[in-house]
Amino acid sequence: MKTATADPATAVRPARAGLLTRMKRSYDRHWYAWAMVLPVVLVIGVLVAYPLGRGVYLSFTDANELNVAKQLGATEIPATYRFVGLDNYWRVLSGADGEFYPKLLWTVAWTASCVFFHYTIGLGLALLLNRKVRGRSLYRVLLILPWAVPAFVATYIWRMMYNSESGIFNAILGQLGLGPVDWLGDTFMQKVAVIGVNVWLGVPFMMVAILGGLQSISGEQYEAAEMDGASPWQRFRHVTLPGLRPVSATVIMLGTIWTFNMFPIIYLMLGEANALHSEILVTYAYRLAFGSVRDYAAAATYGILILSMLAVFAVFYRRLLNRQEAAR
Amino acid sequence: MSTVTEPRKNTVTAHAPGTADTAGAGSGSAGRPRRVRGREERSPLASAGLHAALVVASLVAVFPIAYMVFISLRGRSGWTRPTSAEGGLEISNYAYVLTETEFPRWFANSVIVAAGTTVVGVFVAASTGYAISRMRFPGHRSLMWVLLLTQMFPVAVLIVALYNILGGMGLLDSHLGLILTYCSVSVPFCAWMMKGYFDTIPHEIDEAGRVDGLTPFGTFYRLILPLAKPGLAVTAFYSFITAWGEVAFARAFLSTDSMLTLSVGLQSFIGQHKAEWGYLTASAVIISVPAGLVFLLVQRNLVAGLTAGGTKG
Repeated sequence: MKTATADPATAVRPARAGLLTRMKRSYDRHWYAWAMVLPVVLVIGVLVAYPLGRGVYLSFTDANELNVAKQLGATEIPATYRFVGLDNYWRVLSGADGEFYPKLLWTVAWTASCVFFHYTIGLGLALLLNRKVRGRSLYRVLLILPWAVPAFVATYIWRMMYNSESGIFNAILGQLGLGPVDWLGDTFMQKVAVIGVNVWLGVPFMMVAILGGLQSISGEQYEAAEMDGASPWQRFRHVTLPGLRPVSATVIMLGTIWTFNMFPIIYLMLGEANALHSEILVTYAYRLAFGSVRDYAAAATYGILILSMLAVFAVFYRRLLNRQEAAR
Repeated sequence: MSTVTEPRKNTVTAHAPGTADTAGAGSGSAGRPRRVRGREERSPLASAGLHAALVVASLVAVFPIAYMVFISLRGRSGWTRPTSAEGGLEISNYAYVLTETEFPRWFANSVIVAAGTTVVGVFVAASTGYAISRMRFPGHRSLMWVLLLTQMFPVAVLIVALYNILGGMGLLDSHLGLILTYCSVSVPFCAWMMKGYFDTIPHEIDEAGRVDGLTPFGTFYRLILPLAKPGLAVTAFYSFITAWGEVAFARAFLSTDSMLTLSVGLQSFIGQHKAEWGYLTASAVIISVPAGLVFLLVQRNLVAGLTAGGTKG
């Protein structure tokens, strides 16, 4: 501390005045901006931050449907749940609860395979559509169609097609002389089935995004590469992929977050009782909260854990990209 | 690959070398060296491969939708014979769904909830998108982070707390409660998309407004907002669609049959014991066709909005 040797009054006053002036100046300069963002900050505060705080608090308690506050007729029953500290987190993370690690593994596998197929198929189709080809706009519209179907509708259509007795897939297999597949009963086939639906649903977004990215790469770069004698593969590797980097980074990040939290496909496709081994963390947490015994505390704990994992992923992914950018 | 595309030889010709299509077809024949193709030319074989790949992909994309329409026109039990077309097509499923079920009510509920969410979302978020796009104010970066962070909020994080809070306020099983819930998703999202759109409007317009003596608010309302109408429309449409198709919150919060939205109500067509795929597909077609058409019109701008928000942090 500098003020230890100097006269406190003279040393402190200029500093404080400086701070005030700075705040005043900052306010004069930025109050427009603050006024403009105020509505969103309020909404986020009331509708996101407050429930989030409540969720964090609930995860430190043993709240369930028996001991939360509720209204029975005219009488109001107060909450009787207790604060239990980190018990919930310990039970989940130590594996005592038995559900976390298997479901985490499957959630990661589900996310990785979906995003991988989304990206590679989307990239492939975008490359095809980026060429001069007759009927390009027609192909484009047809390929985008799945994206225009709401996810819950798409899930129902596929569930009908997967139906083991009168679904179209088994009918086709039957006509080829093959036996029927229990698409929605067998755990492994369930996983294949939900990945199939999500890939079908998610490729168009990637395709359109990457197509936009391809069109923003200037033709001059390709011409220069051709002059230097780059093969098609080399052009793809050294012109196309680097040119796509900003778009790829964003869509992979968004895709990972969306897929990790993809609720409707798994929930509606497999139903509530049928999915014990193929549900992802989000649907499992949902079942904890609104299943037969409503364990609000455990559901909140899972929710916070999911959010933390995604936040960590986002931070590391951004950092990785920045480092790559710096290394280039 | 034939020797024609050998890099070193092509440098001699000083023309564009042949290209191998991703579809996998080979380029020019080996017998005629130096037959050079530009990037936009290809052999008939490559063309055929390209078209074949696109046709297969299009079939995969379209088939489930076409199949849904087909089943919806096959009468009540047509779905049990998935590959047969005997008996012809009929519209009895549509008539039944529209007159005998709660479907019109659910449709109206979905419209109310989604429209409410959209109006609040866009109205609240537009000025924020502008401020983040144009002004560098203290708190700018952290606000961007918060908007990104709310994108990754899983249903499970807020749903329990919101359920308890809305329950305490008596807003469960109500449209208002659901609209408030969806705003927690749509407001940050709209701000994010609007920022991306405002980024594409030249800064010179703001400066011109400032020179003419407009305040930042004046610039925003009189100059930028009218220019941003397409962006507003796309953002509104996307948040509408997001609320329209939401399942988890709607399922947990709504309980009265006449209050349900489509994503929950449709489930009752395929309960544990009866499956009315005919009715379900007819409903699905009615739900998808109008939204799908608008969607195809705006999708190009949608993607630009989504990715622009992210790439220019």
